[in-house]
Amino acid sequence: MIPLSYFLILGAILFALSVMGIFLNRKNVVILLMSIELMLLAVNMNFIAFSHYLQDISGQIMVFFILTVAAAESAIGLAILITLFRRRQTINVDDLDTLKG
Amino acid sequence: MTFELLTFFFFSAVLVFASAMVITIRNPVKAALFLVLAFFSAACLWVLLEAEFLGIVLILVYVGAVMVLFLFVVMMLDVNLARMREGFGEYLPMGAIVAILMVAEMAIVLGSGEFSLANMPQPAGHPEGYSNTKELGRLIYTVYVYPFEIAALILLVAIVAAIALTLRKRPNTKHQNTAQQIQVKRSDRVRLVKMPSEKKPEN
Repeated sequence: MIPLSYFLILGAILFALSVMGIFLNRKNVVILLMSIELMLLAVNMNFIAFSHYLQDISGQIMVFFILTVAAAESAIGLAILITLFRRRQTINVDDLDTLKG
Repeated sequence: MTFELLTFFFFSAVLVFASAMVITIRNPVKAALFLVLAFFSAACLWVLLEAEFLGIVLILVYVGAVMVLFLFVVMMLDVNLARMREGFGEYLPMGAIVAILMVAEMAIVLGSGEFSLANMPQPAGHPEGYSNTKELGRLIYTVYVYPFEIAALILLVAIVAAIALTLRKRPNTKHQNTAQQIQVKRSDRVRLVKMPSEKKPEN
């Protein structure tokens, strides 16, 4: 028997790890995207855990939509990354300061 | 300790280890591979939670498609790793403090007994012949049919946007213009030249 809180704490640990990843890899856009994927995974974990323990399958449908949107997000993010690299020959966040006033 | 609990601890240990490696490892290719491991263990946990369809979708769609896309992009880009690592330790204390505080706060809230087995008991198993996929499909095509269509539209927009962003026309490539080739007339190609007849050479 696994208590629900175990799954929720696991989700919290995952989310905290990905937040730390965003702090640590502030230069590398690819790792930033990966951290965002991990965050979404942590959220999905909570959704599925609650869906199981409350016996309500709507939570799983929410995960389904989150997965769809996350796939779209990463596809567009990587496309932007490729365009960026083609123009600037870099994906270093520090070099992308054209919008800085 | 039951078998269920044992599998939970094993998969979550692998999951936490893999995600820690994703954010700390030097090489982006290895980070992507560890992310694959993280997704895989998460899928195993989801199957443990009786969300079989989503577990398999996570492996098929995420590991099979999205992560391969990530790997493609990471391998295509020629990234200067040394420059990427500058200032890695700079934000480590800050990030660690924020992360530890988040986990501690969540643990206080979640470990308070509100979500313990007494309050949220493990639900009884499903009857024989129950299909998670069938239930999901039934809900998606009835209650959630409009969100489902919007999701399809989002995917379409993502395809169009990704192609529009990365498609480029290279100048100076040598290619045939079929329309121009078909439209060509005889007068464009052949020129008849009128010449006076020449004298026969004498010898």
